[in-house]
Amino acid sequence: MFINTYSQISLYLITLLLLAKPLGVYMANVYENNPMLLNRLFAPVELALYRLSGIKAAEEMTWKQYVAALLWFNFFGGLAVFIVQIAQAYLPLNPQQLANVSFDSAFNTAVSFVTNTNWQGYSGETTMSYFTQMLGLSVQNFVSAATGMAVLVAMIRGFQRTHATTIGNFWVDLTRGVLYILLPLALVFSFILVSQGVVQTFKPYLTIPMVEQVQASPPTQQTSSQTIAVGPAASQVAIKQLGTNGGGFFNANSAHPFENPTPLSNFLELLAILLIPAALCHSFGTMVNDPRQGWTILTTMTLVLLGALLVTLHYEQAGNPLLNALGVDQTSSLTQSGGNMEGKETRFGIVNSVLWATTTTAASNGSVNAMHDSFMPLGGMVPLCLIQLGEVIFGGVGSGLYGMLIFAIIAVFVAGLMIGRTPEYLGKKMEAFEIKMAAIVILIPAFFILMGTALAVLSDAGKIATANPGAHGFSEILYAFSSAAGNNGSAFAGLSANSPFYNIVLGIIMLFGRFGIILPVLAMAGSLAAKKSVPATVGTLPTHTPLFVLLLIATILLVGALTFVPALALGPIVEHLQMLNQL
Amino acid sequence: MMQHIKPALFMLLFFTVLTGIAYPLLVTFGAQILFPAQANGSLIVNDKHTLGSELIGQSFTRPEYFWGRPSATSSSAYNAAASSGSNLGPSNPNLRELVQQRIKVLRELDPSNTQPIPVDLVTASASGLDPHISSAAVLFQLNRVAAVRHLPLDKIEALVTQCTEARQLGVLGEPRVNILRLNLALDNRRSCLE
Amino acid sequence: MMTTKHQSQPFFTKQLMWVALTDTLRKLAPQQQWKNPVMFVVYVGSLLTTGLCITSIYQGNEQQLGFMLAITFWLWFTVLFANFAESIAEGRSKAQAASLRGAKRELMAKQLNEPHYDTDYTKVVSTLLRRGDVVLIEAGDFVPADGEVIEGAASVDESAITGESAPVIRESGGDFSSVTGGTRVLSDWLVVRVTVNPGEAFIDRMISMVESASRQKTPNEIALTILLVALTLIFLLTTVTLLPFSIYSVDIAKSGTPVSITVLVALLVCLIPTTIGGLLSAIGVAGIGRMMQKNVIATSGRAIEAAGDVDVLLLDKTGTITLGNRQASAFFPLNGISERELADAAQLATLADETPEGRSIIILAKQKFALRERNIQELGATFVAFSAQTRMSGVNIGAKQIRKGAMDAIRTYIEAQQAKFPDEAKQLADTVARRGSTPLLVAEGGRVLGVIELKDTVKGGIKERFVELRRMGIKTIMITGDNRLTAAAIAAEAGVDDFLAEATPEAKLKLIREQQAEGRLVAMTGDGTNDAPALAQADVAVAMNSGTQAAKEAGNMVDLDSNPTKLIEIVETGKQMLMTRGALTTFSLANDLAKYFAIVPAAFASTYPELGALNIMGLSSPANAILAAVIFNALIIVALIPLALKGVTYRPQSAESLLRTNLLIYGGGGVIVPFIGIKLIDLGLTALAF
Repeated sequence: MFINTYSQISLYLITLLLLAKPLGVYMANVYENNPMLLNRLFAPVELALYRLSGIKAAEEMTWKQYVAALLWFNFFGGLAVFIVQIAQAYLPLNPQQLANVSFDSAFNTAVSFVTNTNWQGYSGETTMSYFTQMLGLSVQNFVSAATGMAVLVAMIRGFQRTHATTIGNFWVDLTRGVLYILLPLALVFSFILVSQGVVQTFKPYLTIPMVEQVQASPPTQQTSSQTIAVGPAASQVAIKQLGTNGGGFFNANSAHPFENPTPLSNFLELLAILLIPAALCHSFGTMVNDPRQGWTILTTMTLVLLGALLVTLHYEQAGNPLLNALGVDQTSSLTQSGGNMEGKETRFGIVNSVLWATTTTAASNGSVNAMHDSFMPLGGMVPLCLIQLGEVIFGGVGSGLYGMLIFAIIAVFVAGLMIGRTPEYLGKKMEAFEIKMAAIVILIPAFFILMGTALAVLSDAGKIATANPGAHGFSEILYAFSSAAGNNGSAFAGLSANSPFYNIVLGIIMLFGRFGIILPVLAMAGSLAAKKSVPATVGTLPTHTPLFVLLLIATILLVGALTFVPALALGPIVEHLQMLNQL
Repeated sequence: MMQHIKPALFMLLFFTVLTGIAYPLLVTFGAQILFPAQANGSLIVNDKHTLGSELIGQSFTRPEYFWGRPSATSSSAYNAAASSGSNLGPSNPNLRELVQQRIKVLRELDPSNTQPIPVDLVTASASGLDPHISSAAVLFQLNRVAAVRHLPLDKIEALVTQCTEARQLGVLGEPRVNILRLNLALDNRRSCLE
Repeated sequence: MMTTKHQSQPFFTKQLMWVALTDTLRKLAPQQQWKNPVMFVVYVGSLLTTGLCITSIYQGNEQQLGFMLAITFWLWFTVLFANFAESIAEGRSKAQAASLRGAKRELMAKQLNEPHYDTDYTKVVSTLLRRGDVVLIEAGDFVPADGEVIEGAASVDESAITGESAPVIRESGGDFSSVTGGTRVLSDWLVVRVTVNPGEAFIDRMISMVESASRQKTPNEIALTILLVALTLIFLLTTVTLLPFSIYSVDIAKSGTPVSITVLVALLVCLIPTTIGGLLSAIGVAGIGRMMQKNVIATSGRAIEAAGDVDVLLLDKTGTITLGNRQASAFFPLNGISERELADAAQLATLADETPEGRSIIILAKQKFALRERNIQELGATFVAFSAQTRMSGVNIGAKQIRKGAMDAIRTYIEAQQAKFPDEAKQLADTVARRGSTPLLVAEGGRVLGVIELKDTVKGGIKERFVELRRMGIKTIMITGDNRLTAAAIAAEAGVDDFLAEATPEAKLKLIREQQAEGRLVAMTGDGTNDAPALAQADVAVAMNSGTQAAKEAGNMVDLDSNPTKLIEIVETGKQMLMTRGALTTFSLANDLAKYFAIVPAAFASTYPELGALNIMGLSSPANAILAAVIFNALIIVALIPLALKGVTYRPQSAESLLRTNLLIYGGGGVIVPFIGIKLIDLGLTALAF
């Protein structure tokens, strides 16, 4: 069992790292507008699209114009998703005749998908029509991911350029991100998923007589048939994994056998979660003309992920001590994975559930293949912490890396001072303005997570939603606000968050968690682009060494985690200690 | 500011058509041709009767069947129109009570069985639709099913072996048994080998 | 030339302590505290807990009062310690500046009515002198203000400023025309145009910089302050929200009482970076003080900080890299001329030349051929002084014209007489130059006699210095007026990275601009008026105190010792200042880990006794745990004052190894030290049965 556990983890990480490099270089080429094979297919499409939309592709934007374009696009995108939801009853492709979504839930969901959070206050198969899933949610899965990548690319250009006033053209970056990266990958991935059993149909839900009922005589009170929700799931699952969106087609998300039917589909979906975020590290290295910089960031991310993974694995595999006391066999053996199986699927066992929980929260994906709410206190604390670190361990496509670069800037700043030089990163001096923007980026999630949780525990509407008693209920609330502010989307799903209070408050927080960070990041990109570049000497702090990796990890843990220690003490930590005391 | 409105609307329209309509239609079209069985829910069909979906578990509560994972879906167990886990926290007293109850039922059904109860047999799955249980959970129920059905143990063991799915590609996932398929095989309605 | 550190002073004097203590209290004014956002939070927290204490006493609520009073007491001490750190740094630097100012006192000055010597003057108080006023300074007078000599020449005792006892010559025109207020004219007289308004002299500016009121924060200090404010805000959020969290926890656990405001304030103060926040301005002030200790006056903290960032050092060859006293070492006569003949002519041409270089030619001639020194008057010779036009010097004895000068100058001279400049002379000169020596050609009439080799000696130890600089990532460029061959030879011998030969002011300026265009920060020293444009362009420009007023105005630092090698020390001081900030920031942040372990279990002891498992230090009681953390937090500021003032030790090494060392000491130490400190304080509290 031990061997199998670690061979699955190794296989995953090795495959991921092998695929990341070529994809990363390819993506760098896409954003640098280098000639490539797909040009023949998409160049005419691009050209026509720009002409129709009145976009001058050759004209670059200042950071302010970039922000304006981005905000308008996202505003209309959100509006569209909102309208589709509140009118779905009148729209086609609604075989189950699902009703219009309530205003607060529609607001929450629109924001959730535009911000790449994909928090789901609703339950997919009982709320959203096929039309809404496709034309509303799926579209945002693509474009919100492309938006994140565009922001990242703009920031990288800030490092690349000297004395420049522009940071690229948002429309071009957005379009190329979808056409050359997301769409081809999603297309291929969809078919693989279908081959494994992910459904893809426009038929209404199926109704099938149940096996046991057929045999029963006399018939019992139980329902004699099973209604099985289906739909065009594969196309959406592919992009929700690739674009770190995570919004499931069905309520149980990737735990649902129709979203994630086999261990192989699970393996591929896991890969898809981290594929683009990992590859973007290489794109970054390629674009700043120093691949070592990309490797450094990727190594840092991988190490933190691995650490988190091992902690969670330990607690989940050890199982629930309270159940041991009841005579339940939780030991791992040849015939069972053992461990804490509440809220986990048999085909995934402990290792794949843990691997998923850590990657989905490290990346701001938020899809789940096991219920985090039922994780052991410390096993569940790790995903929570990964979100609270600021979604920088891989993070969302684009957003994870730009968040990580902000941490790198802070690490460089403190370390730079320690070696007696005005800190510089990739040749750019880090001065008051950069630190100010970095400070905002770090403050925003902390502010909204803590204040949101405080608001919820002070209000009846907030408190009533908890499903579990005691400190675990507090964890549920804390997790919800962390997930929203970090644009993750996963949940301690016992929390009944589909209420006006949570829909509106979390919706607002998701907006700030996304755009409150994009704005300072783009402002910084503008400022960096305008700076001169300082050539590196042996007096320059090298940012590609193991020491820097260590420093970066320390910075992330200190700045990201120290903030939440007291809150965590009142949630998962005390729950853990209480459980030990109950034995 | 205003110069971005037109491009924003056009781009949104373009991407809606491309990724919201063309893309899912293309995938559906392709899937229905290439993998029609999977795309439509991996249904188990026998003599034109649909017996269920291979991927969606069903509720079994009678002693002659192998039981699957407890399901926490609303209104009834294995409600495939509303997937859901229990979301019970590990320290929640309700969880302990539920597990205790499930243990009690299983023990009462087969008092002679003194093996420890495999964890997946008493804990709810994430989706509430988990079609599998671990081999350990099957083995735990072996004697009971054999006794109720008055079948020799080795015959059932052979069926279980047929219905056991190994790790995919030898590495991925966990060894497991599809309960619906095993029970259908028991009922001689469809062999696991088909 | 070595730095004279005549202002060395004991670390704390009694008088200094006294001034610092009164200053500490004076700084408690809110408008003073507000300048330091981190400490302002502590200040407000202290006020808050004080208020709570008073309310408790008033309401007769005795429970917890002792604890609250103890916390309040130590919070105030935290504020006071930070104020004290700043005061002591200011006090020391002011004392430093005052000793620099030395004799600068109120003097009577002789203000001339017209700007020349033979005119009447009125006596005025020196502090009333404005820029542009002209004063007469006669033997025995003190120079009333910084200024530029416009007439006369005099020997001046500058020991009050430089510590150098030998008098120096100050005269109008040329590069030795500036005088500094407070120095004393020993002989002759000077007419000086005052160049600064009262309070604007370098020293005045320096003094104002150490007074917090007018001190401008440096760019890195601003950036760091922003980061510290952000961290403070984060921890403010952490603690503020802890109250509702605690209320909720009490509610669901149905036991205990919510965390008190006093405990929250204590937690907040422990978490925010008070160590660096409290010492930040002291570090800056101490940096300026350390510059002064090295006899360097900086006009802004920004300049000191920039010194730490320097990528390229432009160093004048003469005086910095070489000893600067070139010595004649050999005579190379042309074919057909005897060595003695050449030596003779060289000696004649040099008789009136009083420079060390000139003296060395006469000495060499004497050593080699026992040529006696002749009297220039007796020979009836007229001395031809070096001029910028001819770039030659020499002597005319009747019709006989002897000239010596660089090859180009002599070539022009020869060719002007329609004679041919011999190739042999060029070859000889090149051979000498290739050795790194300076060839000096001697000609008589239209005939080149030969070449004198002037040997330049590279300073001992300078090569090692350059190796160090290279290890720090700093590139050295030697600037010299010598030709390429000479320059290359010296550059190789001294181990500089690059050189600029035949440097003109324009070439220097161009070089600086090129380096800056590539993103590098350039430092240089200069003294002459023609250095001014380059000084103004350089990022760190150190003017020699002996230099012209124009040079001093153009630079952003003045070296009172006029020692060009000091540039290296200036760079190190700049780096040290940044390093101290970085090290204490790291230390401060790393401290938080232990404080959490002390306070978190204590704060929620009544609600969740299980959290006692986190009390890994085994602290005696919740109250003592919190108090110990607060006391540690206050005392660590005091403990680190010496470090803040002296600065983190700097050893030239690569950035990577420097970071590794400091990260280990201040990061690793920052994690471990508070665990030990808090435990010890807790043991102390228990022993005192608090």
